[in-house]
Amino acid sequence: MSQRLVELEVLRFNPETDAEPTFQRYAVECPEEWVVLDALNHIKETVDPTLSYRWSCHMAVCGSCGMMINGEPKLSCKSFLRDYEGVIRVEPLAHFPIQRDLVTVIDDFVTKLKRVKPYLVAGEARPVEAGEYRQTPAQLKTYKQYTLCINCMLCYAACPEYGLEPKFIGPAAISLAHRYNLDSRDAGREARQQEIAATEGVWECSFVGACSEVCPEHVDPAGALQQVKIKSTLDWFREHLMPWRRT
Amino acid sequence: MTVKPYVRAVPRYTWFLAHSRYLRYITREVTCVFIGAYAFLMLVGLKRLAEGREAWEAFVQALASPASLVFHVAVLAFALYHTTSWFNVTPKAMPIQLGDGFVPGRVIVGAHYAIWIVLSLAVLILAGVF
Ligand code: FES
Repeated sequence: MSQRLVELEVLRFNPETDAEPTFQRYAVECPEEWVVLDALNHIKETVDPTLSYRWSCHMAVCGSCGMMINGEPKLSCKSFLRDYEGVIRVEPLAHFPIQRDLVTVIDDFVTKLKRVKPYLVAGEARPVEAGEYRQTPAQLKTYKQYTLCINCMLCYAACPEYGLEPKFIGPAAISLAHRYNLDSRDAGREARQQEIAATEGVWECSFVGACSEVCPEHVDPAGALQQVKIKSTLDWFREHLMPWRRT
Repeated sequence: MTVKPYVRAVPRYTWFLAHSRYLRYITREVTCVFIGAYAFLMLVGLKRLAEGREAWEAFVQALASPASLVFHVAVLAFALYHTTSWFNVTPKAMPIQLGDGFVPGRVIVGAHYAIWIVLSLAVLILAGVF
């Protein structure tokens, strides 16, 4: 395994002592095969145990290790050192308040996620004897892509609209709402529309497309949001031009 | 929470300089100013046409000035960027599912280009170019 001296410039912030964050430089010997998260773990174990950051799975599944790496929102467990030259700048995810070092306050996202009811809302109660809810492969395919979201929030860090207007419900939450709206077993669309078809919902999006470019799971949130816009517009026309179709 | 988290401010007027993808986006948004300016020029032309032969001929002559040519080249460039950048994202907004699969994005984009070419040809034929 070839080793390399890796220099990391990490944004540090201690809320008890610091007025604002400052960069700290670390230099550690790392194998080329390592990811940025490995380097951070190595620093924490051998150089500076006070360095704080979130991670869990180390396999791009849990979505907790999101950081800005050289200004780009990335999963640090999926960012290989061999893909970077020179000093690697590591900062907490943009647009979220910094709690400590690379740890951000994510309450805003969690609250928004709850608001869009990201779960199946049953239409009418079915007795257990009626058996399972069946779905064809085609019905599954309709929403499958949007189930891949791991709630890593990279899309919020990439979205300039969220940076400028923090009330925006944002890419991941709206994409998940869309995922359940598209599900043939679900009947919760109307309740979700209250949140996502509003000004703070999908109409805050101006289709920058940054969310889809950074999404590590290729969910394509930008696509989901445009589809919600089109469907909401059709709802409006149906309601105003075809009153007899109102249910 | 007992200690206050640190909030990083986003620069309200210069945020799009922070990343090349934001610049690309702003360029796409700015193209609409040129599209609007050209639509306005068309309206002026229509008005001149309604005013009679003399006004129309003066208008056509003004179109041949160097400033007008520069304007037209700029508008053409922005209009092309506007059209292609929007066409290329249509599969995201309008995915078409056929059975268990989706129609490939390039087919949807291609259809847009095809319709664009057909409509442009129709306009040119109507204008007596051929
Ligand atoms: S540690 Fe779980 S996604 Fe990176």
